[in-house]
Amino acid sequence: MAALEQSELHDAHADDGVRRRDFLNLAAVSFAGIGGVALLYPLINQMNPSADVLALAQIDVDLSAIEPGQAIKTIWRKQPVFIRNLTPREIAEANAVDVSTLRDPQTLAERTKPGKMNWLITMGVCTHLGCVPLGAGEGEPRGPYGGYFCPCHGSAYDTAARIRTGPAPLNLEVPDYEFTSDTAVRIG
Amino acid sequence: MSFPWAEEYKPKHPFMRWMDEKLPLPRLVWGAVGGGYPVPRNLNYMWNFGVLAGLALTLQIVTGIIMAMHYQPGGATAFNSVEHIMRDVNQGWFLRYAHANGASMFFIVTYLHIFRGLYYGSYKAPREMVWMLGLVIFLLMMATAFMGYVLPWGQMSFWGAKVITGLFGAIPLVGEPIQHWLLGGYAPDEPTLTRFFSLHYLLPFVIAGVIVLHIWALHIPGSNNPTGVDVKSPQDTVPFHPYYTAKDGFGVGIFFLVFAALIFLAPNLFGHADNYVEANPLSTPAHIVPEWYFWPFYAILRAFTVDFILPAKLWGVLAMFGSILLLFFLPWIDKSPVRSGRYRPTFRVFFWILVLDVLVLGYCGGSPAEEPFVMISQIATAYYFLHFLVILPLLSMFEKTLPLPNSIAESVLGSDKAGEAAPASAA
Repeated sequence: MAALEQSELHDAHADDGVRRRDFLNLAAVSFAGIGGVALLYPLINQMNPSADVLALAQIDVDLSAIEPGQAIKTIWRKQPVFIRNLTPREIAEANAVDVSTLRDPQTLAERTKPGKMNWLITMGVCTHLGCVPLGAGEGEPRGPYGGYFCPCHGSAYDTAARIRTGPAPLNLEVPDYEFTSDTAVRIG
Repeated sequence: MSFPWAEEYKPKHPFMRWMDEKLPLPRLVWGAVGGGYPVPRNLNYMWNFGVLAGLALTLQIVTGIIMAMHYQPGGATAFNSVEHIMRDVNQGWFLRYAHANGASMFFIVTYLHIFRGLYYGSYKAPREMVWMLGLVIFLLMMATAFMGYVLPWGQMSFWGAKVITGLFGAIPLVGEPIQHWLLGGYAPDEPTLTRFFSLHYLLPFVIAGVIVLHIWALHIPGSNNPTGVDVKSPQDTVPFHPYYTAKDGFGVGIFFLVFAALIFLAPNLFGHADNYVEANPLSTPAHIVPEWYFWPFYAILRAFTVDFILPAKLWGVLAMFGSILLLFFLPWIDKSPVRSGRYRPTFRVFFWILVLDVLVLGYCGGSPAEEPFVMISQIATAYYFLHFLVILPLLSMFEKTLPLPNSIAESVLGSDKAGEAAPASAA
């Protein structure tokens, strides 16, 4: 023991003043620290959506039965999606709005696919706090702008599902989708 | 409680002084595992296993809480939700393999911890309570591990549950009602799974509580040591931190190396292929065995094949529970005033024979119930009880022990240097 302490003293007189023990301490503790942090990754990541949840992230919807003026609700990623077949009057109303006056400026064309401007596909999730707005179901109130109306906190959306009044910050989100034929879309 | 020369906790930073007045948690840590807890200076690596058992319990609780987020107890859902964890949950395979092998690691370090205590006489006065609380922890561990093994609802789970609850069926008169009460039915099914899941979640926290008592009771006399000689002066001890935090840290590193090798290289080494087949009440697997850590006790259970006054089934159950309950009386069975096997040459031989005996029991417990394993189990079972009931009492009467060192410091430094060496705590 005494001999060991002497050799440590000797080490302390090395040119840079750093003892071997300092390095060993630092290396051992850092190694354990890095290992501990690496171990956190699986412990945290396991709460992310699992493979079977992600596998349900794509749906095919047949549009052939939706008449102009009608809308349907479907479910994608366990959340409602509104698919609306706009009437020519609703399209005209949406296009008549001066985009620069909107809270979240977007044209109807930007929110639909080219040549399919009558198909408005949006999430049925209010961008305020996530309630399902009314207006897609038969007989539901569509709010002062003729689109959707969220009963929770009074956000009103127009015929292009853009936010017009109320607390919601953004237009109803348009999910990723593509037309697989003239009457079918794949969402996700 | 500690030795009078324990270094007092003296916070320097004003915040720590403020904290010490309001909630002296840092003081508690300092006195329990810090510079304020003097520990014999001669502890060898066998003294790592208590910390490692605590670490294993912590890892089991962490991985277990996570798996409870994804597991669904229930006859129709349990097996599939375990497969869901293995295949769908992000890194779920890692967490489940860590939990399953973590149980094995927990038992490995606990068995080493127990045999350390047996060899060095750590169960003797003044540490009887430490020993008995440790046995309570061991029993709770076995109950927890058994119920956890039922949850995946494979063939081994189902038949394990049936066989182990069947042990209670051996009790005269009330046996069958007790078995039905435990299972919540006539055979293991959904009620069994839901109650086992609830208790499997609860018991680890009970274990943690008993561990607090175990450590509390330990810190009154302080740790035993390889000489078994009492601590007498400051020369005999070093502060827990940094000496044993560093030594335990090294052990933790080895622990994780072995654990990682199991998880990543041989995750099903201790498992049974049959448990990847969903529970089927109509078909018993050809060879059912419990997990390896129950094998010695399973061998004792099966060693009784002939009715003698009582039915053989009851004898097996009594012997199996008796083999552990017996250990509660060990501090009074072994009356030898010398603690450590290092100074008990005859005891030492019988200690290693006992280790061999338990290993033989384990091997037989994992083998099919046929000859020669039945006969070997019977001999080994008889020897197990002989060791504790006959050999140990005789040894404490007749064994000629070796001379003990005057102090721990003398055993480490030699008698000529013990006086001059400064206590290492000054360093």
